[in-house]
Amino acid sequence: MSTRAAELVSAPISSKSSWPIIDFTRRLVRDKPLGAAGGLIFLIFLFCGIFADIIAPYGINDTDLHRRLEAPSLSFPLGTDHLGRDVLSRILYGAQLSMVVAFLAAGLATIISIVLGLASGYFGGKVDMIIQRMVDAWMTFPDLVLLIVVVSVVGPGVPQIIIILGLLYGIAGSRIVRGSVVSVKENMYTHAAQSMGGRNLYILRRHILPNVMPVVIVLFTTRIGAVILAEAGLSFLGLGVPPPAPTWGSMLSGTGRTYMYLGPWLALAPGLCLTIVVYSINVYGDALRDLLDPRMRGR
Amino acid sequence: MRLIPGDIIDLMLAQNDIATGQDRAAIEAALGLNQSLVAQYFSWIGAALTGDLGNSLWQNVPVVDQLAATLPITFELGLLAMIVALSVALPIGTYSAMRQDTAGDYISRSFSLLMLAIPSFWLGTLVMVFPSVWWRWSPELNYIPFTEDPLQNLKHMLVPAVLLGLSMSAVTMRMTRTMMLEVMRQDYIRTARAKGLSESLLVLRHAVRNGLIPVVTLIGLQAPLLIGGAVILEQIFVVPGMGLLLLEAVFQRDYPVVSGVFLIVGVGVLLINLLVDLSYGLLDPKVRHQ
Repeated sequence: MSTRAAELVSAPISSKSSWPIIDFTRRLVRDKPLGAAGGLIFLIFLFCGIFADIIAPYGINDTDLHRRLEAPSLSFPLGTDHLGRDVLSRILYGAQLSMVVAFLAAGLATIISIVLGLASGYFGGKVDMIIQRMVDAWMTFPDLVLLIVVVSVVGPGVPQIIIILGLLYGIAGSRIVRGSVVSVKENMYTHAAQSMGGRNLYILRRHILPNVMPVVIVLFTTRIGAVILAEAGLSFLGLGVPPPAPTWGSMLSGTGRTYMYLGPWLALAPGLCLTIVVYSINVYGDALRDLLDPRMRGR
Repeated sequence: MRLIPGDIIDLMLAQNDIATGQDRAAIEAALGLNQSLVAQYFSWIGAALTGDLGNSLWQNVPVVDQLAATLPITFELGLLAMIVALSVALPIGTYSAMRQDTAGDYISRSFSLLMLAIPSFWLGTLVMVFPSVWWRWSPELNYIPFTEDPLQNLKHMLVPAVLLGLSMSAVTMRMTRTMMLEVMRQDYIRTARAKGLSESLLVLRHAVRNGLIPVVTLIGLQAPLLIGGAVILEQIFVVPGMGLLLLEAVFQRDYPVVSGVFLIVGVGVLLINLLVDLSYGLLDPKVRHQ
């Protein structure tokens, strides 16, 4: 399992060994057992999300009004909600949705961060100035407030959420990429490539990008947790993925809330899943950062 | 210049549809929505400069009044949360740095990571549901202005403030720890120790003061987070602050209110950052002399 964890994030770096992934996983498990455990737990959730259709014992909207608000039992491991829907199945499908949003939005955010960060850091001068002032303006506003306002304009829905979250975290993250581009740019090999007449695009691709990759990988990992939380927050406020799609955020809000006093288990599972997923990916991201980017250690 | 939420306002105005189904044009004319978007935007900016943010489209009260009524409430929530966050983060962060790599350090670091992962709306939900199921106790949900009954008011605000503060404390705690570790390795700390200063004086007088500067910056950076968190917690605990106003306005497509809140948030964040910059002078004599 943890081999795949490393595969997901370490594929682009390295060329030392013929099996860098295995090397890296070994290092992760040896030096950062907690981080490796985090990666493993995240992979389990990812697995549940991918195979939700097969694992889930019931459909997401299979209602059985005779079995409403049943406490957890063998046939309903996490109980049923106010419409008699199986909570476990909804949690599993919720994992699917969370993972789809997380990977696509974090991916989009990372791409935006790379493009803005490279342009701003490498070209410097006026380009840098303009991009950075726009990033400043963008970052003045609280994430959630910005999200709420934008969603209220474009309307809720999965693609919208992915694009908005991608933009939001992408623009904020460009700072981090820019910072590391600025330091890589001053290296001798970059100057050498420039004096040999290398085109900017070539230098960016061959020399700068590979060297900022560790930062980018860490950024991507930490963004996954942030995106999952943001999506849940939006869904909780009723601005995320519209019902009847089961998301962890919306399971904690809306009509379900009034029934929690009768079935407290309804309040537990979605929040616990959210916490575990975000916690595990954060721990994993921390370990990754320590291993890949010693300068950012402990920050 | 940072405050111009132009494109967003344009977008918002582009999408306006008042769902009354009656005489659309007449309503639009009455509300001034029939002008071009650019014209609307500039008239909004022009009015905003003179302190007029327009009227709410639904309640026909000036947005300024609504903001004046809700801003102090959110401010109080934020202030309380900040106090909670700092009184949790600073001691634990410092302790964690002093006892690096001990069990206490690991526990406090895990705790801060955990606080980053727990969504505040879930914590809020748990606080609402479980005490009421187990002990028939539930948090206060009736808002009473501070001026009427300070104690009752604090009773209501305390739970959301603690939740908000805890979620904020995570990052501050990590930052405090990092900075304290860095400061404790400095030469002047070794000198102070060599001249026989007690450990507690050393930490309080030499280390904390130097380590605190980046932490103060972080507090400024966290201001937007505070406001974002307030939106969710105000909704759960029915605190009639700016967050709740924003949410209602968004659901009702009440654009002047949304723009007004947006403006205040932007100005607020800028002001907090200005205060943070000014506070460097107080904390760090080196800055004062430059």
